[in-house]
Amino acid sequence: MTDVTLTKKDFTSDQEVRWCPGCGDYSILSTVQSFLPSLGLPREDIVFISGIGCSSRFPYYLETFGIHSIHGRAPAIASGLAISRPELTIFVITGDGDALSIGGNHLIHALRRNVNLKILLFNNRIYGLTKGQYSPTSEAGKVTKSTPIGSLDTPFNPISLAIGAEATFVARSIDTDRKHLTEMLQAASVHKGSALIEIYQNCPIFNDDAFIAVKDGDTKGATLLQLIHGAPIKSETHGVIMENGSMKVVELSSVSESDLIVHNANNPDPSYAFALSRLSSSELDHVPVGIFRDVARPEYSTMVNQQIADVISKDGAGNLDSLLASGDTWEVS
Amino acid sequence: MQLTGDRFTMDTAILGNDISTLPNFPAEIRAPQGTLLGVSSFQLHFADHHIQTPGDAPDVLVAMNPAALKANIRDLAKGATIIVDADEFVPRNLTKVGYETNPLEDGSLSGYKVHPIALTSLTVGTLSDLNLSRKDAERSKNMFALGLLTWMYSRPTETTEKFLTGKFAKKPDLLEANLLAFKAGWNFGETTEEFSVSYQIAPAKMPPGKYRNISGNTALSYGLIAAAKQSGLKLFLGSYPITPASDILHELSKHKKFGVITFQAEDEIAAVGSALGAAYGGAIGVTSTSGPGLALKAEMIGLGVMLELPLIVIDVQRGGPSTGLPTKTEQADLLQAMYGRNGESPVVVIAPSTPKDCFDMAMEAVRIATTYRVPVFILSDGYIANGSEPWRIPTDAELPDLHVEFAPTEENFMPYSRNPKTLARPWAVPGTKGIEHRIGGVEKADQTGAISYDPTNHDFMIRTRAAKVAGVQVPDLEVDDITGDAQVLLLGWGSTFGPIAAAVEALRENGQKVAQAHLKYINPFPKNLGDVLARYERVIVPEMNLGQLAMLLRSQFLKDITGYNKVRGLPFSTTEIIEATMAVLGD
Repeated sequence: MTDVTLTKKDFTSDQEVRWCPGCGDYSILSTVQSFLPSLGLPREDIVFISGIGCSSRFPYYLETFGIHSIHGRAPAIASGLAISRPELTIFVITGDGDALSIGGNHLIHALRRNVNLKILLFNNRIYGLTKGQYSPTSEAGKVTKSTPIGSLDTPFNPISLAIGAEATFVARSIDTDRKHLTEMLQAASVHKGSALIEIYQNCPIFNDDAFIAVKDGDTKGATLLQLIHGAPIKSETHGVIMENGSMKVVELSSVSESDLIVHNANNPDPSYAFALSRLSSSELDHVPVGIFRDVARPEYSTMVNQQIADVISKDGAGNLDSLLASGDTWEVS
Repeated sequence: MQLTGDRFTMDTAILGNDISTLPNFPAEIRAPQGTLLGVSSFQLHFADHHIQTPGDAPDVLVAMNPAALKANIRDLAKGATIIVDADEFVPRNLTKVGYETNPLEDGSLSGYKVHPIALTSLTVGTLSDLNLSRKDAERSKNMFALGLLTWMYSRPTETTEKFLTGKFAKKPDLLEANLLAFKAGWNFGETTEEFSVSYQIAPAKMPPGKYRNISGNTALSYGLIAAAKQSGLKLFLGSYPITPASDILHELSKHKKFGVITFQAEDEIAAVGSALGAAYGGAIGVTSTSGPGLALKAEMIGLGVMLELPLIVIDVQRGGPSTGLPTKTEQADLLQAMYGRNGESPVVVIAPSTPKDCFDMAMEAVRIATTYRVPVFILSDGYIANGSEPWRIPTDAELPDLHVEFAPTEENFMPYSRNPKTLARPWAVPGTKGIEHRIGGVEKADQTGAISYDPTNHDFMIRTRAAKVAGVQVPDLEVDDITGDAQVLLLGWGSTFGPIAAAVEALRENGQKVAQAHLKYINPFPKNLGDVLARYERVIVPEMNLGQLAMLLRSQFLKDITGYNKVRGLPFSTTEIIEATMAVLGD
């Protein structure tokens, strides 16, 4: 903890922000810059590592340490840093193409190891930097420059993927909802281990209004199923019940409040959070937002360094002379 | 078989003989026994004088079955001794490898001293009092053979007995079986008339000191641990298992008490990525791999070039391309290391010459990487990685000082300012107050490190990165030209040192004038290399590739090079280098 209180301005770098006008990344950046002082950490102990894509320009705009790395590999670089410098607070900034396409392997392995990385996945369901091809989260049938008569790919649900990869903390938020996103950032930073936050992010140029259903004042109240630990899972008009062993979205008017599932983010059974993640489709009829899963499991960097500490406390620190002369030796005179 | 070879090597080294080994085994973990494909061998050369190679033509072959005999007999010296397990020479095994008649009986081995010994039944008989399955009993026949050889060559028995006691500490029945088999083999040699001559090899002359036997992969690992101590930095290895480099991961993972962190990553890219991340944090970031893995790491190494961070890339080369020959040796990754990245992407390339040299070159890699903040390649290969030789253990005082300074807290910190002498940028690690900055793979503006698309800046940065690597200080090339008037220079790099040195020795004994030099620094080349090349009328470069170093030399020095190239997955033999040199001398 630092004795100096920092402000949003202290976390704003001198670089000119160069996203397209109206990009959802602006609001995420502003929210993160406002959130960082609440960590109570000196700036030099915070590192942002990104891959490639529009979102990956993010580290340049923050007055912390940062690496704008190569496509898909940020979790790998961040893992090496986290393991060798466990005292640092490390954020990974990535997008749907970066994290789920070219970098899918690194994402799932960082999650299963539970490396202490806070992974912010900006999902705009499109390739923006390469100017408008479909992404692994684009809805099937999407017409883009590379799919003139519609994409044939079944999209990933990033939340389902993360839960399947043994993630210990998985949440979803929306670029323009500063209050909600801030809450998710706070919960993720308290979590010990890897935390993935999927952030729905609008690309005004290549996929404008992709998330209109969760943003438009007329529809969002009904669409957004709020995941609040200890509270029934519901939107303004709908709720989630168990029926024949499956979760189901029903109109609130058709059930009583006590029939609704009360959310337990700490449920150790990943199939619970997985079932929640399946309530949303790419059509965005119903979209759970909030913390799907938040469970405790030992953090990777801590364990790696503990193994080393345990060996040293048991056998003593290594002695180079005896290592070099280990095994069978002989003297030549 | 590899274990038997290792033990015999140790017992021989302890006796003070010089040694050189060549383990040779199939890629398959349990390749079908008794087939030509499944033959695993271990070649050892020992002598009372300094030797350079595992030898071209063994004088003794121990063949545990007909397949082993067939696979190795063409390498043997005329009149060599052949010891075979006679129990295995049954019709079924003979037909499996294409012997129509039994070579032990048909006279085809009349040029050799053949000793058919019933190794299997002797071993099983020895162990009959133990409560062992026949299969477990048969497994001990390697130890019977080792005992026999130990007697034949008067090697000490104590070290193997001690080794077995440690290895089977928790399996007393197997320990007893192996010890009994080992002793029985020794006793067999002593008592049978067949081996009436017992060899005595006198110790070789080596500089005084404490010695041990060491393989290239172990020496590399120890060199890195020593470098961590000498620099005061943490050692981080990010690696993905791959033959023949995995032993570096295994070795380093054993040494946690030195604070060594090993990270078995999800793939080759993550392995080098984690090493680069650790380097960013102030550790010695190392990744170890072989050719196919190196291909995958290319983009991340390019990022290392751009970020100008220390990064050590160990490539234990094997036969390529693609999966190639995983367990065989080759030197065909040189151009991949030099140029296998997008853009103008200079890196430092060094190559150890022998197993023990790997220790010194690992420390050299750390010195260069941390001084110049640049990726450094160590090009080892399967031959020196698995081969071993006696190594005089260095004393503390002989190890170099590798101390480095991180960037301190300062106002107006410039992440891409440079040390005027080395052209290195500051090593600015997270956690240092006041020097928060952003770096990345996009072209950097000079000094500030901000994103820059400025044409002049790009040209300047490209040239600066190239100049930095070109300016790395490396020792001058030493030339061994004892008469001073040789016209032919044999110039090697990497693991070819042994066979070339042996060939030069033999040529000189024959009255030929030849000079020898060996490149351990390939990028940058030693400053005097151009002068050395100019001094010789003919320069022969033997390489286990189709002429990669020759191509670099021709392009940099406009010197005609005579390549001697073989890519058979095996180290050069001394004889073939002698013949190639004689052909040039006779021109």
